[in-house]
Amino acid sequence: MIRKVLVANRGEIARRIFRTCRAMGIATVAVFSEPDRHAPFVSDADEAYALNGVAAAETYLLIEAMVAAARATGADAVHPGYGFLAENAGLAEAVIAAGLTWIGPTPRAIAAMGSKLESKRLVAAAGVPVLPSVDLTSIEGERLRAAALVIGYPVLVKASAGGGGKGMRIVRSSEDLEVAVAGARREAGSAFGDDTVFLERYLDSPRHIEVQIFGDHHGNLVALFERECSIQRRHQKIIEEAPSPALDEATRQQMSEAAVTTARTVAYEGAGTVEFLFQEGEFFFLEMNTRLQVEHPVTEEITGLDLVRLQLLVAQGEALPEAVLAPDMVGHAIEARLYAEDPRHDFLPVTGKLAGFEVPDLPGIRVESGVENGSEISLFYDPMIAKVVAWAETRAEAASLLAAALQRARLHGLITNRDLLVRILRHPEFLAGQIDTHFLERHSPVELGAPLPDQTEVRLAAVAAALAAQADRRLRTPLLGSIPSGWRNSPSQLQEATFETEYGLVTVGYRFEARGGITVGIDGAALEGARLVHLSPERVGLAAGRHLRWFTVARMGSIHHVDGPAGYVRLVEQPRFPAAPVEEEKGSLHSPMPGKVIKVMVNEGQEVAEGEVLLVMEAMKMEHTLRAPHGGVVRAIRAAAGDQVEADQVLVVVEG
Amino acid sequence: MQVLPTKVDRTSEDFQANRKAMTEKLAEFEALQAQARMGGGQKYIDRHRARGKLLVRERIELLLDADSPFLELSTLAAWGTDKNLGANAVTGIGVISGVECVISANDPTSQAGSSNRYSLAKTLRAQDIARENRLPLVNLVESGGADLPDQAEVFITGGKWFRNLTQLSRLGIPTIALVFGNSTAGGAYVPAMCDYSVMVKERAKVFLGGPPLVKMATGEESTDEELGGAEMHSRVSGLSDYFAQDEHDALRMGREIVAHLNWRKEGYGPTHSPNQPVHDPDDLLGIIPQDLRTPFDMLEVLARTLDGSRFEEYKAVYGTSMITGWGSIHGFAIGVIANQQGVIFSEEAQKATEFIQLCNRYDTPLLFVHNTTGYMVGKAYEQRGIIKDGAKMINAVANSGVPHLVVMAGVSYGAGNYGMSGKSYNPRFVFGWPNHKVAVMGPKQLAGVMSIIARQSADEQGREFDVDADDQRRALIEAQIGHEEQAYYSSARIRDDGLIDPRDTRTVLGIALSAVHSGEVKGSSDFGVFRM
Repeated sequence: MIRKVLVANRGEIARRIFRTCRAMGIATVAVFSEPDRHAPFVSDADEAYALNGVAAAETYLLIEAMVAAARATGADAVHPGYGFLAENAGLAEAVIAAGLTWIGPTPRAIAAMGSKLESKRLVAAAGVPVLPSVDLTSIEGERLRAAALVIGYPVLVKASAGGGGKGMRIVRSSEDLEVAVAGARREAGSAFGDDTVFLERYLDSPRHIEVQIFGDHHGNLVALFERECSIQRRHQKIIEEAPSPALDEATRQQMSEAAVTTARTVAYEGAGTVEFLFQEGEFFFLEMNTRLQVEHPVTEEITGLDLVRLQLLVAQGEALPEAVLAPDMVGHAIEARLYAEDPRHDFLPVTGKLAGFEVPDLPGIRVESGVENGSEISLFYDPMIAKVVAWAETRAEAASLLAAALQRARLHGLITNRDLLVRILRHPEFLAGQIDTHFLERHSPVELGAPLPDQTEVRLAAVAAALAAQADRRLRTPLLGSIPSGWRNSPSQLQEATFETEYGLVTVGYRFEARGGITVGIDGAALEGARLVHLSPERVGLAAGRHLRWFTVARMGSIHHVDGPAGYVRLVEQPRFPAAPVEEEKGSLHSPMPGKVIKVMVNEGQEVAEGEVLLVMEAMKMEHTLRAPHGGVVRAIRAAAGDQVEADQVLVVVEG
Repeated sequence: MQVLPTKVDRTSEDFQANRKAMTEKLAEFEALQAQARMGGGQKYIDRHRARGKLLVRERIELLLDADSPFLELSTLAAWGTDKNLGANAVTGIGVISGVECVISANDPTSQAGSSNRYSLAKTLRAQDIARENRLPLVNLVESGGADLPDQAEVFITGGKWFRNLTQLSRLGIPTIALVFGNSTAGGAYVPAMCDYSVMVKERAKVFLGGPPLVKMATGEESTDEELGGAEMHSRVSGLSDYFAQDEHDALRMGREIVAHLNWRKEGYGPTHSPNQPVHDPDDLLGIIPQDLRTPFDMLEVLARTLDGSRFEEYKAVYGTSMITGWGSIHGFAIGVIANQQGVIFSEEAQKATEFIQLCNRYDTPLLFVHNTTGYMVGKAYEQRGIIKDGAKMINAVANSGVPHLVVMAGVSYGAGNYGMSGKSYNPRFVFGWPNHKVAVMGPKQLAGVMSIIARQSADEQGREFDVDADDQRRALIEAQIGHEEQAYYSSARIRDDGLIDPRDTRTVLGIALSAVHSGEVKGSSDFGVFRM
């Protein structure tokens, strides 16, 4: 029996595991890095153990540290969560070697599925469909055309040593084949020093469909239906659902069998996921993930199962319960991943303080989150804020419910992908189930990610913000607080507040009339029929004629967060006395986000061409390059390799 | 404390008629205020704006804390004269960086912000208010100087302007000048006499004599900038303490100066709950009679002015022609003395005298609400010593140490005006309702008295009394007094601090009381010899 579980992970997955442990009477231990010292998952656990480091490499990725933490706290089992060491056979081995219970598949299964090529060979041998491919070494002319015909057009010519799209060609008919292969070889040769290329079947509009499987020590292996995760950005899933709208019962059956077959090749135990690419009834093995998936809640929602509980039971050597071996699914579940990122700027991760966070507690809505009001989204880890899951009888209802919950969620202080998620969930193509992994290439994230409220709603939100801020000032004033707000015996103008909005500057004017009522102006034009039904520093009931709208307002310095009927509006109040603008050197280039400078590629005084890389920085586990926007001379370099820099800091000055 | 009941019947004919008449009067009043707000008129406003300058009220609005109240004073200065309404200046009490200040600003769109006799009276009155109530004074300067055709009326008195500024400084009351434009000749002493001066780059012009005058006097060639530009005064002469880049910058600096004053009020502040009256102040429009010869119930007025309509009456059944008692406005404790039936008899005078002493004993400011035709005349009253009792009351009023606030609600005739702490008794603030009347006596009485005297004189000299001529003279005198007793007439001459909508009385008094508490609020135990 497991008595105390250490979760070798952080954030929402740690909290998710603790929740089930608590329900089962199992004690919990968290491990935490320095930046996570005050994170909710640390206080959620019964006990916590400091990892005394900052970066993942010196904390959550250290196998010995995890084992040491388990020993020190007396934990008798380790759950790896997902990510970090979850698919590291080394951790599994170390845990087992330490005499502790490993909550996951065997190290052998992890290792076998860890290699893409190895696993593909393994499952293909077992009869699971894989994307056909042919090594083109010394294959030319007729043989080449024949190979392509076997695979089927369109085909992808790919460099073996590949990466970064170099040496890659899509070929749609045999006429183009030889030229493409020759070109790919040339490119691969010069880029990687190895001109080996191969052909692979190319899917134009693949869907990502995966099957949840579960196994135990008693030889039971079961498929718990599929999840579709086709909506992706940067090859990362952002919307997942179960079941897939693309599958009929027969295909579902085939895929489930293929998944079970795949798992059986490694005698799989515990929770795993077999991922497939799917297109027009065909499916191909992609890879197997030997862990609990981020998107496991959608499976839980339609099956009513607690997958973490099952993991714990299996780890204890128990057989999977009967109900699991004959699973049933009811209704439809959709999960959306809320990220602190800017969909309108290439999904750049965003860091900062989450000033307000609350998802409306609607029936059918489930929230998995590692953060709470006031949490810091740091640049050290994944910028995911929460997973919001909706369950309903039908897919359309689940999409509608999830969109509404996201639209009404309080998410203050950071740019998020919320509005993008809402627009996708309401998109006709999504609702028709016409999705594939290229959805966000067909539909512009810039448009989908734009704030939901239109100009009229934004202006009314600005009125609400101005009035709420006014109410706050009046309540806090130590002087003449009981005198009517902005009272004048000879009124000459309205009280004014100016906000920077999505639609430019908006100036709100208002006057509480001495004999009752309110006068409101927006950019000098009167708001007809303006009337206040309610006014407090946090909540405004504003009517324009017969149309009443409710707004919730929060302030952080000059930032006003307004949640209204159309969604969230962020407003930046302009100072009453604008400071004289600080003159900035022309050609100043700023860091796009906080991060670390990895390499400075140029020297002061050096001539650079347009587009030349000046500096490389790393942030949120990704590399970003700063390029010269125009040709010119490097006037100044304001950062050196290894420097931690703030967002918007001037890094290089290039004189054009 | 008792909550005052009301007997007002909003459906009565009198109420409806009064309401209609007062609504018309207030529309006329507001139209005059609107005219005053236009300063020198649209043409000059447009010209001023075209120069990239802020209007005087825009400057004030930016100077004030957002959403804080501003009580403009003497809005109808120079009414009915050949000078612009408002007298080319805006003065008032407002909150800057959390500190109540007196603001005194030139309106450069109105006769170039020059000072005529009314502007001077208005400005000097603002300085008095700053001194008496211990309020920092912020001057927004842009003025063409003295209104030269009016020099005979402003030159001699005008010296007080500068004397007041330095005396305020001596008293530890901060004086600040924000110079937005011309401030030349005598005006140059405004920033010079202030504790702080801020000058706006390329706008402020502060010199004793401009280029033409210098050329005439010494033959020297010079420019405005060399003689008195903001940059010169900031970098060279040192007359300017703060060099502002533009008007906004100057206003921001003004706010920062006030913020660093570390200002603490010395009054004991509000001590009561500032809740709204139970009865609607809007009823005042129907309560105040069209014809002021009709008496009206001051308790109904108090029921719409005091916090929670709470009032504890002193000597309720003695000397009933006058109401005395305690209440509060916006939390500030006050003693109220209000005329109930117009005439002041001996009992009323004695009662008021006692009440004034009580309020002084406990440092409670006094509110006088005028509706008096004066002290009672007649054989019986003279013989019972009405003069001695009136003298007691005037003695108490004149020597009282607590702040006095006055509301001119109805008529204020004769020595009643003095006994009720009229303007000449240095109340801290005097506000009038636009319908009030103030004179030595009513027009009819005055014309009648003159007629009787003329007839006596004719009789004594044995002349035949010309009845027709007397009728004509009476009509003329009645018309003249009728004009002069008007609220507008005295307000034009700064004999009060401004006319107010009766429904604003509570708000105005609240702001005034808070201002009064900026200084120490302390009663006196020293009075003159009371004639017993």
